[in-house]
Amino acid sequence: MRDRSMRGLRLARALALALVAAGSVAYALELPWGEELHGFVEGRGGVRTRNDPGESERSLTELRAQLDSLNHFELFQLQFRGDLVYDELAHDIGKVDLERGQGFFDLRELNVVFFPVDWADVKVGRQILTWGTGDLLFINDLFPKDWNSFLLGREEQYLKAPSDAILASFFPSFVNIDLVYVPRFDADRYIDGERVSFYDMNGRYVGDDSVMRAGRRDDWFKDDEIAARLYRRFSEYETALYLYHGFWKSPVGYDVSDNRPYFPELNVVGASVKGAAAGGIVNFETGYYDSAEDRGGRDPYIPNSELRLLTGYQRELAQELTAGVQYYVEWMMDYNDYTATLPPDSAARDELRHVVTLRLTQMLMSQNLILDLFTFFSPSDRDAYIRPGATYKISDNWSTNLNGNFFFGERDYTFFGRLRRNNSVNFSVRYNF
Amino acid sequence: MKKLTVLLVAAGFAGILLGELSVDEIVERANQASYYAGDDGSADVTMTITDKGGSTRSREFTVLRMNTGAGTQKFYVYFNKPADLYKQVFLVWKEVAEGRDDSRWMWLPALNLKRSIAPGDKRTSFVGSDFVYEDVSGRNLREDIHELVETTADQYVVKNTPVKPEAVEFAHYTIWIDKATMLPRRAEYYDKTGKLSRTVEATKVETIQGFPTVVESVAKDLNSGSTTVNTYAAIKYNIGLNERIFTERFLRRPPREAIR
Repeated sequence: MRDRSMRGLRLARALALALVAAGSVAYALELPWGEELHGFVEGRGGVRTRNDPGESERSLTELRAQLDSLNHFELFQLQFRGDLVYDELAHDIGKVDLERGQGFFDLRELNVVFFPVDWADVKVGRQILTWGTGDLLFINDLFPKDWNSFLLGREEQYLKAPSDAILASFFPSFVNIDLVYVPRFDADRYIDGERVSFYDMNGRYVGDDSVMRAGRRDDWFKDDEIAARLYRRFSEYETALYLYHGFWKSPVGYDVSDNRPYFPELNVVGASVKGAAAGGIVNFETGYYDSAEDRGGRDPYIPNSELRLLTGYQRELAQELTAGVQYYVEWMMDYNDYTATLPPDSAARDELRHVVTLRLTQMLMSQNLILDLFTFFSPSDRDAYIRPGATYKISDNWSTNLNGNFFFGERDYTFFGRLRRNNSVNFSVRYNF
Repeated sequence: MKKLTVLLVAAGFAGILLGELSVDEIVERANQASYYAGDDGSADVTMTITDKGGSTRSREFTVLRMNTGAGTQKFYVYFNKPADLYKQVFLVWKEVAEGRDDSRWMWLPALNLKRSIAPGDKRTSFVGSDFVYEDVSGRNLREDIHELVETTADQYVVKNTPVKPEAVEFAHYTIWIDKATMLPRRAEYYDKTGKLSRTVEATKVETIQGFPTVVESVAKDLNSGSTTVNTYAAIKYNIGLNERIFTERFLRRPPREAIR
């Protein structure tokens, strides 16, 4: 206990020092070749508001410095963005794992974009990839997510984990094409119990004392992923087709011989449309998840194929107040085979999982105070996740953020219900430069 | 259509020869001079917002603008400052046809995300300044009834009353337009109690590549006591922008024209 408070004090001191140092850098730093170096220094601390015997009572205690630089050359652009992190709650801060984002350094982007011909761009290296139309709901965006960061309440940008990929984009006149090749599978930074606890399908509690270890998929060019998007505008509507060939992004399969979770094969084909309608913006997206290792749906250790649908509408309700609602459904294929082969002591999920989301964003005080509320609610699972936040921009450089994460659920095995013990609030102070 | 244009142009010339312009011609020319000079253009904008207490915030961005026909335009706004907006891009496809809203997006580089912005109240502050969105992209002439209230030796004074008063925060506004350049030099907005509530002024004008151009403008919110000064540098016209710059491709990799 004493040791812990000493460490807390040391961290507070380090934080104060770093912020003062940052504050003295009044202007953007400049690199030797004349490009600017930007970024921020942020201290963030949070506590759990509900007792979780398997986790630390603190949810976050970290100091983070992000450096960001975009460099323009005649024939290419070079992008670098990385975080130096001092995380009090990390198990081994000295051991850097760039895939899982652990250790004192998290490389967010290091890539080169070049333009070989007028109608194509190529981006090679570590990069953040995003597509699809959902707001915090993803069907065709199968690029890695950092669920730990998101559920602990770090800034929303940290939900997207980096990919090591080649992105080739082609722009013939009639359509735009993005092709992504990931030579070695980039999994989600998934919930494993270390920082965010959960109940597994058998109602067993998984926390920091019983971290889930999944089999790794890390064979170059064998455990690879391919993703493609074709998109174009028709009048006021942006339409897209998507393809994906790879693996479930979190370890949702169970390898009986190996006795641990793993990432089964997955193919996805989908489509989306987005455009102005009814005084706002409407979007629709669908995707068919072909669970390639269990097409018949009779293997209880591998998820069945699914059809996923999403529709959303956002509009301005009043000046500086915007609302967005979404309805999302996962429809499990071969449900009868699933229930017939389910082990007797396991809880069965529903054939249809419905989720409704609501986002409200209010800007006040000349847009310097931003209040944001995001709510996930599932009427079928009878669970919810509520994520309120407030950001205040004290000046052009200083800002602070308050964030909460609250989970509700009647049952231990539903999507948000199994996270019930992770309620937390956290607060940050940031210096942007 | 062509005949009509010829006719309108001829009527315009006749008006000049007679020394008189109709109020519709005045506001149309002022609109052209303010927002449509050249086929395209670019400028580096520094915005300084000073609140009542005297503390300041600043924004720096590069604007690329292209006229895309029949009053429609595209804008690419690349932010350099403040630091939390660095590399973000505000993209606008401006519409003028009845019943059509502008399409607007914000590019968030850290998420690699093109976020659509719901069609909104155009009287909302632009990036927290005392300029509203309509000051930046232009207010549709059809939204107001225009009256020529005075013609001085060198200015036209036009009173504008909104067709839909419930949709805006002002009751009416008056603009002073220079006869020589057709640029509005001052606008005064009156609220529904008849009180002067906001002013926008073109404080410095220079001729660049033959186009009279506002190089400094000031907006004042008389209710909050806040003032915003915009200065424009590196102004260029007819730079030969390609329309494809205003697409997702060039959000992902900012074009040469947007980077200083």
